[in-house]
Parts: sequence; structure tokens; C-alpha cells
Amino acid sequence: MIEVENLKVNYGGIEAVKGISFSVPQGDIVTLIGANGAGKSTTLRTIAGLVKAKSGSIRFMGEEILGKDTVDIVSRGITLVPEGRRLFPDLTVMENIKIGAYLRKDKLDDDIEWIFDLFPRLKERHWQLAGTLSGGEQQMLAVARALMSRPKLMMMDEPSLGLAPLIVKGIFRIIQEINQRGVTILLIEQNANMALRIADMGYVMETGAITLQGPGKELLVNDEVRQAYLGS
Amino acid sequence: MMILIPTWDTFLQAVANGLTLGSLYALVAIGYTMVYGILRLINFAHGDIFMMSMYFAFYMISIFYLPWYVAFLIVIVATGLLGILIERAAYKPLREAPRISLLISSIGVSFLLENFAVVAFSGIQRQYPSIPFFQNVISLGSVRVQRLSIFVPIIMAVLVVGLLFLVNYTKTGMAMRAASRDFETAKVMGININRVISMTFLIGSVLAAVGAMMWGMKYPQIQPYVGVMPGLKCFIAAVIGGIGNIKGAVIGALILGMLEILITLFFPGLSGYKDAIAFIALIVILLVRPTGLLGEKQAEKV
Repeated sequence: MIEVENLKVNYGGIEAVKGISFSVPQGDIVTLIGANGAGKSTTLRTIAGLVKAKSGSIRFMGEEILGKDTVDIVSRGITLVPEGRRLFPDLTVMENIKIGAYLRKDKLDDDIEWIFDLFPRLKERHWQLAGTLSGGEQQMLAVARALMSRPKLMMMDEPSLGLAPLIVKGIFRIIQEINQRGVTILLIEQNANMALRIADMGYVMETGAITLQGPGKELLVNDEVRQAYLGS
Repeated sequence: MMILIPTWDTFLQAVANGLTLGSLYALVAIGYTMVYGILRLINFAHGDIFMMSMYFAFYMISIFYLPWYVAFLIVIVATGLLGILIERAAYKPLREAPRISLLISSIGVSFLLENFAVVAFSGIQRQYPSIPFFQNVISLGSVRVQRLSIFVPIIMAVLVVGLLFLVNYTKTGMAMRAASRDFETAKVMGININRVISMTFLIGSVLAAVGAMMWGMKYPQIQPYVGVMPGLKCFIAAVIGGIGNIKGAVIGALILGMLEILITLFFPGLSGYKDAIAFIALIVILLVRPTGLLGEKQAEKV
């Protein structure tokens, strides 16, 4: 579905991404894991058109999207759940959900119902300002907002960041549920353990380059990965 | 200092005048507050957009002899386009630049418009056309006011209610509120930031145009620097109300208009300091409540 080839990105005066290549097949969950500053977020942000690349290619459904405007990229069916949720805190929960469907012109009722099935907490709080939600609820809302665009590819940047382990489990269960409904997922995580468990393919990034790759289950038992990221 | 105790009628008359002046301020102050809300820019050119509107009206009515309602329509459209043009030419190229560059650019636009007006319209004072429909005097009980004094607050109120509806209950308004908070995430939602910003300038300029056309009927001497003082005062009104907040701008403007008229009523000796009142009010508000009366709450859970 998406093929990244030899992508190089300069960010803040350094070469943050040094010519990486990977692909996300349709219907899969693919994860990029790695430490802080490895260039994972920059990669996602480049795909979303928020950061300009130096060179390389990003093809989505066979078409080159590198250098295209964010609104154009999003309208092709890519969405991003940004790092730190980035909700609109002074919009209500309901408005945050609706704004996710900004580009759609059709009825939203069924989607909203599905979202509320997925996240009953959001239904209870639909009238509250998003800024008043707890961390876990905010993450749910960020995912809900992204789903409202009916994405083909959902990119998620550290969805587990700052959340209690139990809530992280819930979020990952929902990621799988979303994936089963046909949404392809590109997931960035520092929580390598959880991410690799649900991923079809995993890529390990270190200082801007991919150093290891393989099916999630294999990386989970790989000695290097275990030492560096799983703490055992 | 002498305190003048006015008669009840004079007092009511003054309140009516204060309301009218405050409403005129409100129409211009909204432009400052909306642009600040989205770009975090104090648009110094806004007062000069106001000035251009008055000249547009002057030319349409006094030179081209158009009926006032046709002229007003043209003025509104022309001013709206001018606002969008200024944004495209002077602010859009600086989208990624530090905010101070944007501020300097707006000061540049302000000087440009003023000097353009001197060259194109000449520096001599012109007389804004009189429009009997608005300027006929009517009596409300013992208070005699121009019809304009009744119309201005009503027009302002209708426009503000319409604007609040647009901002709070429509998709466009939702996009504006989202963009004013976070450009990047708004883009990820598919919101076209440039269109939202153009829309903001369009609304601000159109409201300023409405204010300017009414202002001209009340204070008919126009010259190229006529927008400077109202511009500054309306900016102050927006700060008093809490810049970035539309209701705040309206409240701040009404307070300022009322203060100006009532202080000169009770203390005729101070009438020479009329223009200073706004600046004193600004200093007081910045000392006592720097975020303004309805200022943005900073508390935010992350």
C-alpha cells in the first residue's frame, strides 16, 4: 500500500532520516521501533507532508506523494494520530470527532455510532471540552478523530506514551480491532514489546537508519532487540 | 477639577452616544481580535483598511454619485478583497517566519496604505457625504438622536450574533477555531489553512468597512491618517476584552466608547484628554488583568 524508498530528511540542521526504505502492505500492521531521536516521528511526519524530504520516494497506492501538500495527502486516505495526541482542547469531544471527518461530505451518524461503540467513555463525555479529558481518554479521542476520516492507512505516533499499562493494553486491543476492519496501520513505538506483539512486520530504527527488520514475532525473540529495547 | 452634574436628558443622550461609539469600535475591534486569534498577529494595517473604506465610500457617493446602498455594497466587497489581498501579499509569504517579522510587515502595510492614500486621494481633508436617511434626527421621548445612533448598535448586534453563530455552530467556524489553536494538526484533518486565514481577513475587513461607513457619517472629516486613532483605540478595546475573544472585543469596545463619552460628560475639563482615556484604560487593564476581561484561559491538561 505504501512504499518508502531511500528517504532522506534533514530536520533541524541534522540528517534525521538517512535513506531508509520500507513498505507497508495492505491490511497489515507495521511498526517502526527505536529509541528517542531515531527519526521515527520525522518519517511519519514526512509521509504526512508536514516535513519536507531531501530526497527519496514515497508511493501510496502506486502514486508518488512525496512533496504533495498535507491536505492532498490526507484526502487520499492517510491519517496521522500525532505524538502527544494534539487534540483541539477548546473544542468539545463531539467537535473533535466531527473535525476528523472534515473532508467528508456524507452522513457521519453510522461512524459516530461505531466510534461510541469502540469508546463508550467518549459517548459519556461527548459534550465536554477535549482539554478536560484524562490522558487515556485523550488518546482514545485522538484515535477516534483519525478514524472519522475513514482512512485507508492510519499512522500512529507513540500512542502508548504516558499512559498506564492497563490503558496501553486497551489501546493496543483497539488498534488490532481497527486493523481487522481493514485499516492498514503504521505504528511507531518506544514500547517495543507491545508493538512487536501485534505487528506483522517490524523495523528497528537507529539514528536515522533501519538496522534490523523482520516479522514482529521474530524481532520479539531477537537477541539484539531484546537487549536494546526489551530490557532483558 | 469641576464635576458637571448633567440633567437626566443629557445623561441619556450621552449614554446613547456612548453606545453608538462603542458599537463602531466593536465593528473594528473584532477584526483585530480575529486576526490575532488565528495568526497571533496584531494587524497594524487594520486601522488603515478602515481608512480605505471611508475613501471608497467617499468616491462612490460624492464622485461617482452612486446611491448610498449601492455604494455601500461596493465598499464592503472592495474592502473585503483588500483585506484578503493584504494577507496574501504581506503575511502569507511569512507563514514560517518568526512572529516579529509578521508584525513588522503589518507596520509596513500600514505605512504603505497611508502613503498610498496621500498620493492617490491627496492629503487634503475631504468631506464624507451626508446621507439623510441615516442622519435625520428623531426623538425618543425627550432624547433627540440621529437615526444612525439607533441603527449602529442594531447593525453591530446583528452582525456579531451572525458571526458568533458562524464561529461556534458551522463547519467553517469549527475549522477556524481548530486552526487558531494548531495549524499542523488542522492540516492533518484536511483543513486548508490558507483558506481559513483568508476567510478571517475577509470577515474582519468587511466588519471594519461597515464600521467605517457609519463612522464617516458621524465624523465626516476624512484624510489619509483618519484610521490611525480609531485603529489604536479598537486595538485597545480588543485587549481590554481579551484579545482573541470575539465577545471580549465587543464588550471592551462598548466599555471604551461609554467611558470616553461619560468621562467627558461628567468632567468637561478633561475633554481635551478624550483620546488619552483609551490609553489609560489600556495601562490599567495590563496591570490588573493582562489577559483582558474574557482572556483565554491558560490552564490546559496535556
